[in-house]
Amino acid sequence: MNAAYEKLLGGRQGAFGLLVLSLLLLVVFPLLFDSFRLNLVGKYLSYAFVAVGLVLCWGYGGILSLGQGVFFGLGGYCMAMFLKLEASDPISTKIQSTPGIPDFMDWNQITQLPLMWQPFHSLSLTLIAVVVVPTLLAFIIGVAMFKRRVGDVYFSIVTQAIAAILSILIIGQQGWTGGVNGITDLKTMLGWDIRSDSAKLILYFVNAGLLLACVLFGRFILTSKLGRLLMAMRDKEERVRFSGYDVASFKVFVFCVAAAFSAIGGAMFTLQVGFMSPSFVGIVPSIEMVIYAAVGGRMSLLGAVYGTLLVNFGKTYFSEAFPELWLFLMGGLFITVVMYFPNGIAGLYETQGKKLLARLRRSPIPTSKISIAATPVSTRISDLSIDGAHLEGSQ
Amino acid sequence: MSWLSEFGAIFAMQGFNGLSVFCVLLLMALGLAIIFGQMGVINMAHGEFLTIGAYMTYLMSSLTTRYAPSMQPYYFFAAIIGSFVIAYGVGYLTERLMISRLYKRPLDTLLATWGLSLVMQQTFRSVFGAKEVTATLPDWLLGSFKPTDSIDIPLNGLFIMGLTVVMTGGIFLLLFRSRWGLQVRATMQNRLMSGAVGINTRKVDRTTFALGCGVAGVAGSAFTTIGSTGPTSGSLYIVDTFLVVVFGGAQSLIGTIASAFSIAQTQSTSEFFLSGSMAKVLTLSIVILILLLRPQGLFSAKVRK
Repeated sequence: MNAAYEKLLGGRQGAFGLLVLSLLLLVVFPLLFDSFRLNLVGKYLSYAFVAVGLVLCWGYGGILSLGQGVFFGLGGYCMAMFLKLEASDPISTKIQSTPGIPDFMDWNQITQLPLMWQPFHSLSLTLIAVVVVPTLLAFIIGVAMFKRRVGDVYFSIVTQAIAAILSILIIGQQGWTGGVNGITDLKTMLGWDIRSDSAKLILYFVNAGLLLACVLFGRFILTSKLGRLLMAMRDKEERVRFSGYDVASFKVFVFCVAAAFSAIGGAMFTLQVGFMSPSFVGIVPSIEMVIYAAVGGRMSLLGAVYGTLLVNFGKTYFSEAFPELWLFLMGGLFITVVMYFPNGIAGLYETQGKKLLARLRRSPIPTSKISIAATPVSTRISDLSIDGAHLEGSQ
Repeated sequence: MSWLSEFGAIFAMQGFNGLSVFCVLLLMALGLAIIFGQMGVINMAHGEFLTIGAYMTYLMSSLTTRYAPSMQPYYFFAAIIGSFVIAYGVGYLTERLMISRLYKRPLDTLLATWGLSLVMQQTFRSVFGAKEVTATLPDWLLGSFKPTDSIDIPLNGLFIMGLTVVMTGGIFLLLFRSRWGLQVRATMQNRLMSGAVGINTRKVDRTTFALGCGVAGVAGSAFTTIGSTGPTSGSLYIVDTFLVVVFGGAQSLIGTIASAFSIAQTQSTSEFFLSGSMAKVLTLSIVILILLLRPQGLFSAKVRK
């Protein structure tokens, strides 16, 4: 029990952080916001899945994927295909020349449901596909790239190109995917109206619960031996390889986990917002999702959730109030966070917030308790050992 | 025999189309071949430096038509130089203020320059408006060259081709035949050693980055002859440009040329059979597949890792 407590919750501090986040998501937000606002928060939280996944694969694994939108989108599209098929039953689509197929297919002179769409008649198959399809794609990309020891930078560029390919493909194949508008007019899930206020409330809680579960799972990975190995690989890949570990397999694993998280987020996005479109797949959304993790703190699972909420609240507020200013702010945020606060909000909290808390309580926190997230990026093991080696060499 | 000459004409023009795409790709990729290929800096704002050059050309064109219409035929050369200078200057500042602090963190450079690209796009939008603008071209760039009745080669295409040849040759001489190029290559191979033999490596970094940006500016200037310019024009090219450099093998200039050529030919050939967007999907997928099989690209420099 005690070991599990240490592992999952990360001791007293970790448990406290998680408790605060759970209270915020499950109690404070539902009490504070009306149905519309809460749905908006739910939408933001579905992006947070991607950010949490990025903390795992980028912050700890050192793999910066610029194509997380691909997995978010695939998860979302799988869910949307199921909902669309349910919304296009033969009775409600009887004015079409081919009743029983989605409206956009009818507009594109397609007379038969493509084979690709067939499995999405069944909810259980859909739920499996939501996780399996994106994870499988991540697995293929990961195996192909990491087994050949492709460098971090190349990986980023290739994933970015994959995001571009998928979004062009979805927009181009209008009859199969709904084109640039995406899959819209989603109404019910197994007869349950997902657009009603009560459904939105339930979906919000499901979403928040799943997100907390993902955070817990991520923490479980990081506190296990695998997490240690990931960090060791990020900082000194060769040494880990020479110690006899199969570096590529660990990278593939963590990339797949991040993809699966993103896919769950995508499916929850579709359920809560009621549509899915290629604008969540391409390069721009994919990189935007990276900034959520960067603002929150690339080394902090909880920080990623806060970062996502903060950037999105800011985006909604500023793009309504000062549309001209928004891109300046967003760009400025990228530059400032990356250059001056590489550990984001979580890093600020670790260095400044704790000092403040300690001063308030007048009881200093023992430094040994400060978690890994406190280590600034610039003093990672790799830099230290490079400098160390350099010093040794010059003496 | 008439069908044969007609076929020949179609073939010549189709080949010319492929060549124009090739020149455009190569012009875009040249600057990045210096910045990413030689320095290893991932400059996501590269497309925006292209846009700077394009807007500079537009500005020069509207200024000449308003204040010195007689200079109209010649302004374009001044515009090319102006584009280079302004893109070089902005690049120099960027290196000084941003990139120089991030050399140890390549992935962070990527994010920071992406932020820079957003800021630059919004700046263009605020200054020049969201609508696309077109530079008034001098008369000698309009019209076409007709060696026979059925062959019709646009002059602006020829001009871009000539410019591409000049730029590529110039960069080759600069990087591989000049003292400065030697310093650049030495610094990129072994920074400590280069410093020890008296090369000012910080200065080399600054000028190399700025030169890459300047070349992007010239490319942007050339693009005004074939299309209009909007705030996000440059960012549309960024993926293709990176793929060209990566596919060619990052450190090799010949590789960049070869990869631009093969990507352009694949693109224009498949456009013959498929729609434009599917041709693009096919080309990008082929490039990715080959990269998965051969991650070091077509021509890889022999480096010890």
